[in-house]
Amino acid sequence: MDKTLTRRNFLSLRREAVAPAPAPRRVTSGLTPYSGPWTKRQALHLLRRTLFGAKKQEVLDTLDLGGPFAAVNALMTTGTPPPPPVNNYNSDRASDPAVPFGETWVNAPFSNDFEYARYISLKGWWLEKMMQQAPTLEEKMVLFWHNHLATQAGGVFNARMWYRHLVTLRQHALGNFKDMVRAITIDPLMLIYLNGAFSQAGAPDENYARELQELFCIGKGPNANFSEEDVQAAARALTGWRVDWDNLSSFFEPYFHDTTDKTFSSFYGSRVINGKTGEAGAEELDELLDMIFDNPETALFICRKLYRFFIYREISEQAEQEVIEPLADIFRSSGYEIRPVLETLLRSEHFYDEENIAAVIKSPLDHIVGIIREYNIAFPDTTQLSDGYTLRMYIWYNLLVLLQDPGDPPNVAGWPAWYQAPQFDRYWISTDTLPRRAEFSDAMLFYGYSTDNFVVQIDTVAYTASMDNPLDPNALIDEALLRATDMEVSAESRQTLKSILLSGQLSDYYWSSAWYDYTLEPSNGMKRFVVESRLKVFYKYLMQLEECQLM
Amino acid sequence: MLLPSLLNGFSFRALSASPMLRALQSSAIDNDHVLVLVQLGGGNDGLNTVVPLDQYDRLARVRKQVILPENSLLSLDGYDTLSLHPSMTGMRKLFDEGQMQIIQSVGYPNPNYSHFRSTDIWMTGSDSDEVIGSGWAGRYLNYEYPNFPAGYPNATMPDPLSIEIGYSLSLALQGPGTGMGMAISDPTYFYNFINGGQNPTPNTPAGDQLAYIRMITQQAQLYGTAIRGAYNNIDRQGSYPDDNYLAQELKIVARLIAGGLKTRIYLVHLDGFDTHDNQVDAGNHTIGEHANLLKNLSTALSSFMTDLKGLGIDDKVVTVTFSEFGRRIIANNSGGTDHGAAAPMFVIGKNVQGGVLGRNPLIPGNASEDDNIPMQFDFRSVYSTLLKDWFCVPESDLSSVMLKEFPALPIINISDCVSPTIREQNQQAGNLLLVNSPNPFERTTQITFESAGGQTMVQLFNSAGRIVATLHNEMMDAGDYNLNWDSGELPPGVYYCRLQTGSLSQVRALVKTGA
Repeated sequence: MDKTLTRRNFLSLRREAVAPAPAPRRVTSGLTPYSGPWTKRQALHLLRRTLFGAKKQEVLDTLDLGGPFAAVNALMTTGTPPPPPVNNYNSDRASDPAVPFGETWVNAPFSNDFEYARYISLKGWWLEKMMQQAPTLEEKMVLFWHNHLATQAGGVFNARMWYRHLVTLRQHALGNFKDMVRAITIDPLMLIYLNGAFSQAGAPDENYARELQELFCIGKGPNANFSEEDVQAAARALTGWRVDWDNLSSFFEPYFHDTTDKTFSSFYGSRVINGKTGEAGAEELDELLDMIFDNPETALFICRKLYRFFIYREISEQAEQEVIEPLADIFRSSGYEIRPVLETLLRSEHFYDEENIAAVIKSPLDHIVGIIREYNIAFPDTTQLSDGYTLRMYIWYNLLVLLQDPGDPPNVAGWPAWYQAPQFDRYWISTDTLPRRAEFSDAMLFYGYSTDNFVVQIDTVAYTASMDNPLDPNALIDEALLRATDMEVSAESRQTLKSILLSGQLSDYYWSSAWYDYTLEPSNGMKRFVVESRLKVFYKYLMQLEECQLM
Repeated sequence: MLLPSLLNGFSFRALSASPMLRALQSSAIDNDHVLVLVQLGGGNDGLNTVVPLDQYDRLARVRKQVILPENSLLSLDGYDTLSLHPSMTGMRKLFDEGQMQIIQSVGYPNPNYSHFRSTDIWMTGSDSDEVIGSGWAGRYLNYEYPNFPAGYPNATMPDPLSIEIGYSLSLALQGPGTGMGMAISDPTYFYNFINGGQNPTPNTPAGDQLAYIRMITQQAQLYGTAIRGAYNNIDRQGSYPDDNYLAQELKIVARLIAGGLKTRIYLVHLDGFDTHDNQVDAGNHTIGEHANLLKNLSTALSSFMTDLKGLGIDDKVVTVTFSEFGRRIIANNSGGTDHGAAAPMFVIGKNVQGGVLGRNPLIPGNASEDDNIPMQFDFRSVYSTLLKDWFCVPESDLSSVMLKEFPALPIINISDCVSPTIREQNQQAGNLLLVNSPNPFERTTQITFESAGGQTMVQLFNSAGRIVATLHNEMMDAGDYNLNWDSGELPPGVYYCRLQTGSLSQVRALVKTGA
């Protein structure tokens, strides 16, 4: 290597580039209702963002609805509250004396011996809700609010209290945000988690008062200028709330309440909450929330957070002006109703803008629950409670190493993917987690997770049979890719997929005849093995395509 | 086709004097210093860690709920006005041996009391009211290895630039354009991807994400082998307590350094310092959550130092602790303390000067809820000193990494710095795709870049990570191109030029001096 020559080469070969044009502003759309084509592409985009993965039938149903108006309407329905988790943790070795097997434990007294089992039972219960979700926004919104009003259940470690907390989130998930914040402020789990239950006149604990403003409502936007004095004043207004450990409810205890006046900064219009004595002290909570919700920052902050969750990591100036600000107006004028905001956003031209499709890195729950749903992986039903308990625990382990343990985010800010600039959703993908994502898909394809009675695994043959035309390898590749990613995959990758199906042969006929032979005689183990052994490698390669990490 | 390394991004002058060919053919000389960062997550209560004895009576009045009995404290050789928490026996020994320095009341002006914001400030080295998109350590690594990630790994730097023990990379290790390191949770774990992640990506937001994931695929493959190899080179180590996460993380770090990794910076964690409640046991203040945390910290660090010595690498490692803030002077009624401001840092290593830097904090006799420990030293002075005296960054270049000038502190016994030859070699490693001249510049600078063919983008960012100009964004043939950038009325400071061509990207720091 001769550096002089190389340098001359470098300097002499260069051409003058065309005069730099400013980068085109590529997303110009706003909240105008989308009226463009309604194809599988739009239906998949909508469902991937609002559900965990999209099943084939769900896509077809959404397509049939004809457009975003009806499709979003369908997503807004909420079901009846699910039945509570049951004792599925009794085993030969240990049996909960307070709760019969198959009966719910959510009303049983705290148990030193079984609290951990109940906690795992509840993790599995929540995972089951996601895995068996109806095609509505409910589960995604429960996750959204859990991330937003974050608690760490493992730290408090009272499964019944955590269950009640989850019921509260679910109850308000598509309801009214202000009502939800009020309920969560005096929710026993939150009162314990952020020390509100230990805060009292003379020694107010600022933890909840700070997060209520910084993380839950006002946020950290450029104009979120609440002060340290506001944190301290809010802490004093919130003194006196206590937890009744027997009933797992909260109550107001005037004895602990700070009865002096609370004066807030100019950010809140120098508002004064007059100190109140006796039971009236509890009203200061509502005055405080009225003040916080009167501030325009609250609606802006929540709309930005919804944007990052449902649309894209970065909010351009254009998006701030044409999406966030009008959306925040809708939010405020509706009195903080969640539905109108989501409806407007998910029906907008902005949401369906080509630039926003496949631009989000899947969260671990999107990856794992998405695979379970899309590939129709069966789990034990209520007749096999112990197996369900164990197998959902395996799924939970995977979520742990992929950094998204539902119920236990890293801290009160939730997961960094939804707040930490500049990485945002890139947080999910590291040299440690990317291989582990592939390991999970490998597990589902090759060996599964099993108990004595049940194996959790992808049936690649059944999944392939659900394609429109599995006989034709080209059609099979097209549909498998369409179902797995919204990105165009390179010709080389398609070629690799095809050569896996054809075992390196050139004629499509080899795959077609192998599949045809299998369909003639599905119970013939050898014929099934011929197609299945190829399909496992085929889907392994497909699921490892980086394109499949996007949605 | 990519050009080999040929130019120094910061100065063309180095080129003529460079014995580059020789340097490139030899393998890098193995005398590089290593820095280990220990993050104490949650905000460590400095006043119960290093206790100012001359303020004890006042402390006992305003934080009686958590105060440590005076007779339980650990005295320090040669210092009679301060002492350590009773569970820090290991660190006391390091101090008495002259291997640990205490820096008093470290913080930054206008402290922020939010965990997240204050952590960001410590990670990025920003001012309190300023947002910066890259980490201070990431910017240093971008300075030392400006061509990364194009052409990495290579013979000069075959290993990750930095390693975080954990599952994802912290802001501190983010460079101006990309993460400057990798996260590992298990050095023996290796996954073989079947596709290589090499295809070009479209110039869309989705394409950007795809390019990022492909880069992680490639790094996982290339660096996974190197890490496993280094790990397996060592078969005997000193002992570390099993029930101590920090100790187990440091055990991996010692093993990787001794095993031959050339990685420059490690980041490890000990979380749980957010002791709003139950910081101490109500009946016995010398036990409780904080005591357990400090015991784990102290034991982990002393095991690590003993191991480094046994492995013969104690000369090349400096370890520093940091936390997003200290805690409030007065205690609350939950048996804990709320978010505060300045707190002590510990710097540990054979080449550390030892002793105590700074004076004891003064506790007001009538301390109220709002009172906090004022800062004596800016944490960026500590970082800047480590860059200058441990990583031997020339003083003239420090402000391009730290974005400002900070006074140096007497922390390191300056000995064998990285030689200029090694620095030059580091800066030339990898494939040079992007260069500008002159640099620093007054108002206009010429940017020369190589396109791999296809959609190619050249953008300029300020230190907050905001785009200030897109100079070029279109399809082009493979080859070399020139652009002139007129920075106009933009204020003087550090800007980052980012080239994205195919799946490759490179970032270069440009320094504007003119107004």
